[in-house]
Amino acid sequence: MADLLEVSALTKRFGGLVAVNNVSFSVREKEILSVIGPNGAGKSTLFKLISSFLRPTSGQVRLKGERISDLAPHIAARKGVVRTFQETTIFKNMSVRENVIIAHHLRSTASLIGFFLGTSTAKADEAAFGASADDILELLGLSSLAGEIARNLPHGHLRALGIAIGLATNPSILLLDEPFAGMNHDETMRMVAMVKRLRELGLTILLVEHDMPAVMKISDRIVVLNFGEKIAEGTPAQIQNNDKVIEAYLGSEDEAIGL
Amino acid sequence: MTHNVKIASVAAFLAIVFIAVPVLISASGRTDLYYTLTSVALLSIASAGVWLTFYIGRINIGQGAYALMGGYVSAILVVTYGWSFWLTLPAAGLFCAAASVAIGLPILRLRGVYFAMVTLVLTEVARLLALALPVTNGAKGMVSIPLPGALSAFGLIIIPDFATLHNSRLAFYLLAAALMVACFAVVYRLVHSRIGKLCQSLQQNEELASSIGVNIAYLRVIAYAVSSFFGGVAGAIFAAISQSIYPSSFTVTDSVNFMLNCFLGGLGYVFGPMLGTLVLYFGWDLLFQTGQFQLLIYSTLMIVLMLFLPNGLLSLAATTRKKG
Ligand SMILES: Nc1ncnc2c1ncn2[C@@H]1O[C@H](COP(=O)(O)OP(=O)(O)OP(=O)(O)O)[C@@H](O)[C@H]1O
Ligand SMILES: [Mg+2]
Repeated sequence: MADLLEVSALTKRFGGLVAVNNVSFSVREKEILSVIGPNGAGKSTLFKLISSFLRPTSGQVRLKGERISDLAPHIAARKGVVRTFQETTIFKNMSVRENVIIAHHLRSTASLIGFFLGTSTAKADEAAFGASADDILELLGLSSLAGEIARNLPHGHLRALGIAIGLATNPSILLLDEPFAGMNHDETMRMVAMVKRLRELGLTILLVEHDMPAVMKISDRIVVLNFGEKIAEGTPAQIQNNDKVIEAYLGSEDEAIGL
Repeated sequence: MTHNVKIASVAAFLAIVFIAVPVLISASGRTDLYYTLTSVALLSIASAGVWLTFYIGRINIGQGAYALMGGYVSAILVVTYGWSFWLTLPAAGLFCAAASVAIGLPILRLRGVYFAMVTLVLTEVARLLALALPVTNGAKGMVSIPLPGALSAFGLIIIPDFATLHNSRLAFYLLAAALMVACFAVVYRLVHSRIGKLCQSLQQNEELASSIGVNIAYLRVIAYAVSSFFGGVAGAIFAAISQSIYPSSFTVTDSVNFMLNCFLGGLGYVFGPMLGTLVLYFGWDLLFQTGQFQLLIYSTLMIVLMLFLPNGLLSLAATTRKKG
């Protein structure tokens, strides 16, 4: 399978701190690739670099061969690289359905003036967004909550809404930052199945997660970061038996990597 | 509201503004009220602009700067360059919109109190500029600005020369009211189209908005430009009515008042700034009888209102409608 995303020698410094240090790896099409590592390893920073929310100090990110680092975030999104946030991030005063509809922004064919005047193109857009939003809500099991104001959702559903928003942008690669955080076992397993569905629908998924059993279950490959550096890359089985990885996680909990 | 109720309320509102008010005023002979209501209409246009910046999550205390700028642009074009007032009206709006794009690009990155402070300073900068620039005639201001002339197209006179009218007060009132209706119609349409949702997305979470592909910088500047356009046209008509404009015609106090009008009426309601302006303007006048206590009572009332009606006066109507 072809490489969709290529991260080469990516480095990000915050003053004296090197949050991401010379990291390279690539993501294949329709792959689920997880990035793991202890707290502060630089995982979220890596995601922000890939989605152009941060500019790299050096190195670059390429999507289908085209350089996408140094763009504005909304342009990276337009190119198909969209991330969800580690913190629960939604439009809290809109309904669940409105959250997903607005996230269709990139698919609009009408201009702002068109929307102002209510042209037929704009009306067609609105109808299409509504229908697509309903599909996405259905897919994520949120249909019954469509009319609810987003800030009133319980935590598990908020995470799902975050993903629904990401999906609505029609990305080619979706970056999920800790999608299972704060979920109980059942919710996590439902979400794992959900993410696998997304891949079957043609999406490439990059995810950061601390829940090791879930990571081992879901990932095709895993990249391990420690202190900003990549210390390992491989299949779940390879990572579980990697000495460097075991060492990095020692001192936290042994079961952390599912041993 | 159903479609029919909406149409009926709009029709009723238009009938009050364009028929009932003029009829009542001429019946009672209180023609001074024209000036008051014209002021309310113009101030509410400027306030509607401020409301729009609130809508994208920015506290704007700088609308006075654009009102002043609009007033001067119109006055200078009429007096110095002999333009027709009717041309200077859109010119003043466009000039302010263009200026606000240049000013907004850097400052709209700021949020919360930082943006608010910069806009507050902006009003003062505008005043100082008006004092210093050669074209604005310094502290003496621009005076004896001629009244708006006739507006004609294809040989037809659409609007007569205000100087020939025996009741130019009524003419100004109708002009200001018509413009107010147009401006609020624009804001209403903006808010109820997808653009409104995009603005809300900015207000609620800019980072998420840009991650779903919204060009937040562009949208912010557009909203701010529309806002400043409103400020500019309101200022231009003020200059035409008073036939003069001075560096102190719009000050920080006015900027603050535009913002208070929005608060008072309700930030969640398109027509909040209109109601807020009306209530504040007449409230201030009514309190005039309390003499030296005017400001004290006024401020106390404002504080009480904000404490007990944080969503503005229109939230009262909204809750009674829900209950009823
Ligand atoms: N904007 C910033 N300015 C300065 N330092 C930062 C910034 N963002 C992150 N850092 C630092 O960079 C390092 C990596 O942070 P990052 O958030 O990427 O870690 P993480 O792997 O996502 O951790 P966690 O698992 O806790 O989410 C941390 O030491 C953090 O304090
Ligand atoms: Mg993180």
